[in-house]
Amino acid sequence: MSRNELLIIGVGNLFRKDDAAGIFVARRLKERMGDAVPVLEHTGEGVTLMEAWKTCSRVILVDAVSSGAAVGVIHRVDAIRSELPVDWFSCSTHNFGIAEAVELARSLDQLPKELRIIGIEGADFSPGEGLSPEVERAARQVVEELVHCVKEGGTDGA
Amino acid sequence: MSKKTRTIKVDYLARVEGEGALYIKIDQDKVSDVKLKIFEPPRFFEAFLQGRGFLEAPDITARICGICPVAYQMSAVHAMEDALGIRVEGPLRELRRLLYCGEWIESHVLHIYMLHAPDFLGYEDAIRMARDHKEVVERGLKMKKAGNDIVSLVGGREIHPVNVRVGGFYKTFSRRDFDALHETLKWAREQAMKTVRWVSTFPFPEFEQDYEFVALSDETEYPFNEGRIVSNRGLDITAREYEKHFEEEHVAHSNALHSVKKGGGSYFVGPMARFNLCFDTLSPLARELAREAGLEGGCRNPFQSIVVRSIEVLYAFDEAIRVIENWQKPDRPFVEVEPRAGEGMAATEAPRGMLYHRYKIDESGAILQAKIVPPTSQNQKTIENDLWNFVPAHIDLPQEELTWKCEQAVRNYDPCISCATHFLKLHVDRT
Repeated sequence: MSRNELLIIGVGNLFRKDDAAGIFVARRLKERMGDAVPVLEHTGEGVTLMEAWKTCSRVILVDAVSSGAAVGVIHRVDAIRSELPVDWFSCSTHNFGIAEAVELARSLDQLPKELRIIGIEGADFSPGEGLSPEVERAARQVVEELVHCVKEGGTDGA
Repeated sequence: MSKKTRTIKVDYLARVEGEGALYIKIDQDKVSDVKLKIFEPPRFFEAFLQGRGFLEAPDITARICGICPVAYQMSAVHAMEDALGIRVEGPLRELRRLLYCGEWIESHVLHIYMLHAPDFLGYEDAIRMARDHKEVVERGLKMKKAGNDIVSLVGGREIHPVNVRVGGFYKTFSRRDFDALHETLKWAREQAMKTVRWVSTFPFPEFEQDYEFVALSDETEYPFNEGRIVSNRGLDITAREYEKHFEEEHVAHSNALHSVKKGGGSYFVGPMARFNLCFDTLSPLARELAREAGLEGGCRNPFQSIVVRSIEVLYAFDEAIRVIENWQKPDRPFVEVEPRAGEGMAATEAPRGMLYHRYKIDESGAILQAKIVPPTSQNQKTIENDLWNFVPAHIDLPQEELTWKCEQAVRNYDPCISCATHFLKLHVDRT
């Protein structure tokens, strides 16, 4: 993968209901875009995330979050400009997760040139399959935005 | 410090996997209560498995933990194979050991470099440690990547591997498939030696305890997938006999069941148990570095578990290289399996310790009953016992330092709360 490529990462766990939102987005994007853009499904474990984005200049990461906002709210953070709220990802089973990976990569000068985090507010992170209706609606909206973004911006980044 | 009641409370234990808290009450300079509180919701995976097909168990249980999915897969396939009356031998058995090496490396290196080393070097976390020790942290990341490379290749992908099945694997490999990995592992083995030498210079509090260590053991090989369940106090049983000797207790302050020896209380699983019980089966290089680190006679200080973990990382690289150098491609990627009604049990050695699975299946292979006992459930009582014994000896430390040391005492076990609730936040109360 060249350094100019865009990488979209969908983070989540299929067996913890709304936590699957990022995986849902990744799978719909693959169906819609095929090989037009690299899409990665990921559990959110920090060290492998850092490895995944190492060779990319533009990264968009989608995950379910739990910030206390209304279910289905879509949060957008430019991780190059601002620190990520650590408690957003408390639903993750990883203590070294997304927020830690972003900050460690910042300490080691290993952040991509662009890193956008899209957080979908979840409600139910209990064991089981399937998204809450509000989360599924938000996830579908994120898919549309990303399809538009890839078509408009191409995959060569910059 | 005056004699009074005080409380040590950590509401959210950092640098452990999952959510838990610690509460310690000190009354007139004596510890009166210790609670390792696990409030991550119970995961009900055992119920979730009922009605699913026997071939699904490895892939579903792999989702219990993002750090040790291979352990869940391995205990699941061995328990199913026990129920079906088959054995997997030769290169497929070797391939399972190789995959397990990858997971031990990923998990142990993450804990050594990202979660545990900051305690000894006085940093709040690895992010702050990285600002002063950039090269060290980068070395850790590269070593972990080498473990990822094993899991990624043999398991089919880095995190929740998809190549494992009851009877073997979905896909197998030629010697040439391992060429690039072989070179990476030889480099990483050198880094693993540097890691043992690095962590053995850390300052360790004096804290030797008389534990009952429990691990799988075999006369010829360091345990991953198989062996008898033994202890330093005479236990010597098969996995089929596990539930005759161990039971789970519910305690009000934890969502994770406490596993105890029937009539005998707490026991200790994990790297120190394996190291003490199976030292002679480590590779010559791992034994040599253990001697250099001063641990030839065994290790009973849990604060030194970071050194033991680094020796196991070295062993895992050594063992992975051995498997690759002796690799003979099997004729078929798996042994044919036909469902039949039965019950199977197995224990394998997850990075954090012994992981027991039992399944009852019907004649079509549907799962009727599942039981999973993860290593952190087994170590919970031992962690609490350590705190009962550690705090009185360090009672004069300032509150902040004592709290940190207590958290460190928990991190010695690399607890995986996500697995156990199937766990950490800390309170030390002083009155």
